[in-house]
Amino acid sequence: MTSRLEGETLQISMGPQHPSTHGVFRMNVALDGEVVTKLKPVFGYLHRNHEKIGENASYLGSMPYTDRLDYFCSMTNNWAYALSVEKLAGIDVPERAEYLRVILAELTRLQNHVSLLGFLLSDMGAWGTPLMYAFREREKILDLFESLSGARMMCNYMRFGGCRCDTPQGWIESAKKIVAEFPRFLDEFDQLIVSNEILLARTQGIGKLSADLAISAGITGPMLRASGVNYDIRKVDGYGIYPRFKFRVPLGDHGDCYDRLMMRVLELRESLDILKPALNEIPAGPVINPKVKIRSFRPPAGEAYGRIEAPKGELGFYLISDGGTNPYRYRVRPPSFVNLTILEDLCLGHTVADVMVILGSIDIVLGEVDR
Amino acid sequence: MTGSGILKGMAVTARNFIGSYFDKERLTTIQYPEERRTVPEAARNFPFLVYDGNDAESGLRCVACKICEKECPPQCIYITKSTDKKPDYMKKPQFYPAVFDIDISVCMSCQICVEVCPFEAIKMDQVFELSSRDRFDALMLGKSDLSKSNTYYHGIHPTEAAQVDGALAEAAAAKKKPV
Repeated sequence: MTSRLEGETLQISMGPQHPSTHGVFRMNVALDGEVVTKLKPVFGYLHRNHEKIGENASYLGSMPYTDRLDYFCSMTNNWAYALSVEKLAGIDVPERAEYLRVILAELTRLQNHVSLLGFLLSDMGAWGTPLMYAFREREKILDLFESLSGARMMCNYMRFGGCRCDTPQGWIESAKKIVAEFPRFLDEFDQLIVSNEILLARTQGIGKLSADLAISAGITGPMLRASGVNYDIRKVDGYGIYPRFKFRVPLGDHGDCYDRLMMRVLELRESLDILKPALNEIPAGPVINPKVKIRSFRPPAGEAYGRIEAPKGELGFYLISDGGTNPYRYRVRPPSFVNLTILEDLCLGHTVADVMVILGSIDIVLGEVDR
Repeated sequence: MTGSGILKGMAVTARNFIGSYFDKERLTTIQYPEERRTVPEAARNFPFLVYDGNDAESGLRCVACKICEKECPPQCIYITKSTDKKPDYMKKPQFYPAVFDIDISVCMSCQICVEVCPFEAIKMDQVFELSSRDRFDALMLGKSDLSKSNTYYHGIHPTEAAQVDGALAEAAAAKKKPV
């Protein structure tokens, strides 16, 4: 008979400078040996008063600030905000702009998911190689964004009633080329990681999220679908012109880190299925509704909530207008923030090394969490 | 077999490594200060003021209407209106900016100033090598630093500049027509 050596729990602070916390995020973790018994997320280091700035800036003036929410996906942020304002003011969007928006949103999803895969593997100790392969692909998409909007990450491209400018000469062709070459990278990446035993050991059965808990916590996006809940706003709301495209919604079975990782890999293939017809069918025509005023834009008094399926989950903007040039209330519903609330439940009972993998599989960007 | 997945992954890494010696596709790094990629036409960095002709003082299109100053989201533009008037490109007497400063340490390159300007006077530049040891004065660009000729504008954004010139010529022709 040996008696177990009882020690005190150890309090450690992970972050905010920890490289695996994907920004300035801190976790106060209580450890019993190596096992997490308590975890308290601490955030707000990157708080920059986004909503209050939005209430004091003109409607158009908030658009460049939305780029800085989730700085990986500025195009989808722009779209979510433009969609809410269009709902508020009842603005129609021309056909070509709708196609462009779908194309850009899916390209954003591609580059967000490949960089997430790279970061997640980097968190697991596969330093450098997968991340650099992922960034090589992401770079091609960023080049597309740059030649279209003028900026690689802070695109500030969408406007109320369309998009800011038309595509330059040959843009659609180069986008088609990148989309056509993308499966080659996916096959290579599959070979590189999917059957890797270390990856399987590190992710399978780690950080299980049940469907009930996911729904009651308001989790959205790939994380919710990894738990087996069929909820994709592209299908549910059918905003933009998504109903015209045929794509499947991949669903997970166990809700563990492996499912969340594979969810991204599968969604990449589905995004390609949307991109191919969209790039082939895009019609000619204007890209912006000419009736929308640029200066002193005043939507009628009222309120609107516009939401889209951003790469990380449901991104929504809630706006109240009192008829003035700036919104009376401006609220962001960020997917990473809501998905992060579940962190303690996922981590309890796992070792401290698994915490990083779980956090990585949630896919957070602190610009959006802290706002 | 345990370990076969790892070996498969290693094969991919090896293929990429060896391939990088033969295949340009796999060697994507650009050795920046020595090698440079061409900047796309749409690329934007910080705003500059356009002037017509050869004289930056008399050809400046800006009429100090202060719309960009008001609309700038991070409020990085500072304008003081002149007290006298000078003829603009349509020979109409207009105010001009006595002071036009842009603090590029605050500017976030959103190009909203370009979109709201009714006089096509402010455009986005492509100069990006602007680092300096001084945080304050060197990053505060005044009117003389900001003024650049229409020829320069044509050099960096040829398509956009041609459209702008066309629209301006049309507006001038419409003005001249007797009513």
